[in-house]
Amino acid sequence: MSQPAAITRRTFVAGAALVTAVGRAGRAHAQDSRVEAAKKEGKVVWYTSLVLPSAEKVAKLFEAAYPGVKVEVHRTGSERILQRVMQELQANIKNVDVIHTSDAGHFVLLKDKKLLAKYTPAGVESFPSGFKDRDGFYYGLRATVNCIAYNTKAIPAAEAPKTWKDLLDPRWKGKMVTAHPGYSGVIATHVLALVHLHGWDYFKALAQNQLMLVQSANDPSGTVASGERPVAVNGGEYSFYQLKKKGNPVEMVYPKEGVPLVVSPTAITSFAPHPTAARLFTDFTFGRELQQFLADSEGLYTGHPEVKYPADKPKLSDLKLLNTDPDELLKRNEEIKKRFVEFFGA
Amino acid sequence: MRAFDRSLPVWVGAALALAFLMALPLGWLVWVSVSSEGGGATLEHYRAVLGDPALSKALWNTLVLAFWVGLVSIAIGAPLAWLTARTDLPAKGVLRALVMASFVTPPFLGAFAWVMLAGPNAGLLNTQWRAWTGAERGLVNIFTMPGLVFVVAIYTFPYVYIMIANTLALIASDLEEAAAIHGAGRLTVALTVTLPMVLPAVVSGFILAVLQALALFGSPAILALPAGFHTITTQIWSFFHYPPKIEQAAAFSLPLLLATALLLLVQKRLLGRRGYAAVGGKGGQRRTIPLGLWRWPALAACLLVMACAIFLPYGILAKAAFSRAWAQPLTWSNTTLANFTFTFFEYGATRAAIVNTLELGLLTASVGAVLVALLAYVSNRRLILGHQVVSFLALAPIVIPGVVLAVALFIAYTRPPFVLYGTLAILFVAYLTKEMPTGYAQSDATFRGIPPDLEDAGRILGAGRLRILRDVTAPLARSGIIAAWCFIFIGVIRELSASIILFTPDTRVMSVVIFDLKEEGQFGAIAVLGLVMLALTFATVAVMQGLLGRDVLGARE
Repeated sequence: MSQPAAITRRTFVAGAALVTAVGRAGRAHAQDSRVEAAKKEGKVVWYTSLVLPSAEKVAKLFEAAYPGVKVEVHRTGSERILQRVMQELQANIKNVDVIHTSDAGHFVLLKDKKLLAKYTPAGVESFPSGFKDRDGFYYGLRATVNCIAYNTKAIPAAEAPKTWKDLLDPRWKGKMVTAHPGYSGVIATHVLALVHLHGWDYFKALAQNQLMLVQSANDPSGTVASGERPVAVNGGEYSFYQLKKKGNPVEMVYPKEGVPLVVSPTAITSFAPHPTAARLFTDFTFGRELQQFLADSEGLYTGHPEVKYPADKPKLSDLKLLNTDPDELLKRNEEIKKRFVEFFGA
Repeated sequence: MRAFDRSLPVWVGAALALAFLMALPLGWLVWVSVSSEGGGATLEHYRAVLGDPALSKALWNTLVLAFWVGLVSIAIGAPLAWLTARTDLPAKGVLRALVMASFVTPPFLGAFAWVMLAGPNAGLLNTQWRAWTGAERGLVNIFTMPGLVFVVAIYTFPYVYIMIANTLALIASDLEEAAAIHGAGRLTVALTVTLPMVLPAVVSGFILAVLQALALFGSPAILALPAGFHTITTQIWSFFHYPPKIEQAAAFSLPLLLATALLLLVQKRLLGRRGYAAVGGKGGQRRTIPLGLWRWPALAACLLVMACAIFLPYGILAKAAFSRAWAQPLTWSNTTLANFTFTFFEYGATRAAIVNTLELGLLTASVGAVLVALLAYVSNRRLILGHQVVSFLALAPIVIPGVVLAVALFIAYTRPPFVLYGTLAILFVAYLTKEMPTGYAQSDATFRGIPPDLEDAGRILGAGRLRILRDVTAPLARSGIIAAWCFIFIGVIRELSASIILFTPDTRVMSVVIFDLKEEGQFGAIAVLGLVMLALTFATVAVMQGLLGRDVLGARE
């Protein structure tokens, strides 16, 4: 990133009150001996599946807290990130410092291949066990659940689908949208959780309703908001929440059979070209300020025990959560993608 | 002896370039498609891809798409060419400019715009239709095979148009008039005299359109994938998804390569058969056919096509760029500049992508224009032995679809001795190879148009070949070479099908960023970047028009 660009970017966010708050926290870290080393490294390269505008905001908050250390955001779907990392390593390209996806299976794979550095971010001791790798290589930065959502202009609340099985009703034929487990880790996790709940037959039956296929778990929300398809059969709950908060006619449904919980881990690579900046950035993202920001402005859940959630969001403890095992996610990665394509066509 | 001296460096250079651009990648492609893990040769990858019913379906979809795009392109392009070349249709100049605009519009932008226009529920045309008629269902669904054919065809028909318009410009009206004098009606003349003479151009245009449709990646990815079907190109692309199946991608690429090669062979046969004495003569008058009152319905039909290809898509892109929610009416509260501030100031990838795109565009166009000018000069002036081969080789890459080229380059340049993956160099190689035929065809026409007499006069007066090149040929060829530069530049900035496989985060180009944003559903930012891309394209076109004094399609008044 060139210098003029950096100045504009910093000027652009200078007005945000939040920046000042986080900036103060940043100055408190200034004694941190790592800061000088990180400045020498100059930047941290972040491959992230966090939705683009949020990822760019996180980058800006970090840059405001640690002037002189840039964050290079490369945002794409979880499964594309894994593809990218592996392709680059094949050509011996060592580019990425911090990997953050929503497919916990990736981190099992990367750990097994010795591609991750062992690093425990400051303050994660207090996080629930579901956010922590027992070997200390990766930690859950954020969490969301998959839910059903519908367009309130097109469908009255009383008629909206209430359960995952309701979506099999032929009256939704041609009216639903799904995101893709071949792109999104949120959706790969979702598919595995529902396969446990209702079996593959559920997806086979669901496909009979001729769903529109989009890629990102953030896209069903836009598709429902625009009315292109009035019902979303999955998608990151936080993306629906954001659109709803902006006044779009979107409402979420949390099926009582349970909602798949997706904890999105983050880890530093063993070959990170900017290791100090990577650790500084990772600590920053697990700090209370940033975790609170993810909850407030983005509608995400986090593992941080002190984070307060908006009043209009259900608490994780009130939801029946469907958990998935990272090892199983990895083992069945190919099966999930293959069968989904088999049923839905692409 | 002197001829030999001159030709040696040219040949060595050409051979090296060829090896690097084509032989090495294609060699690797073929080898990987038959290589087994143990190291020996095997046909298992072919068995895997040809035995999988899902992949056969993708193959079939591609054939259906390409065939119908060919037909629809003729149905649009042929009448349009005839109307603008031969009749007294009003606003012919404007129509030609619009055909040109459709020609240079990146097809994936058109496809993206049509998602917003004709998505079955939220698409603008469908919401309007429901509002006007009170109907329950929308009018059209773009996420279908017919929808895909339509969107591809409205940006492919210019290929047919160019072939036919340029042929019509070369046919004198004598024969048509003779038929008319003998009592044939207008329709009979058109069907029995004009049509047979332009038939080779029609078939040739059909083949060009089919080739375009076969090789296209962006439009099927945007319109077919949401509907749950693949084409060959999207399927090859998804072979790269984790866990990657590069061997199968290679094996699946070769049928596509064979199909394009075969089609071009057919086209060459057709055009090579010069049995049409009536075509090609410059003599004779081309009289304008009066349409009478039919002028107005004909004009309306032409404008309808242009509305589909240009007005509506550009309009909806502009609307999406300035809206908070693209599907809502553009009221004051829905109007925003946020998409622009996000794209240019908050989204870190934008600037890098624009810089990469421009860098690659300038570099490829400059190197490419010089290269094709040299090759065309050498071939036209028969400076070396085997000059016909030069021209064949320069045109050969046209058979390689972008996706296939990218698979081959990926395989060849992610391993030693040349690791280019991860650098702009691999994209440069891809673009240069891909754009070479277009640039060469333009340069070839330029040098054909400069008779050797002037050069000979220079020789007689005692100037050396280099001095003649500098003082006589170069000034004459300048505008043609700049036109080749522009063609290559336009081709590069819109390139998606090879870039999507070859990019890395540091080497993303605009088309790739747009595709990334599409996968995430960021409509506003896509619209903004799309407008930037269109602005760049049309600025280039304007430069080219100014220099050539005619439109880029080559269709003269």
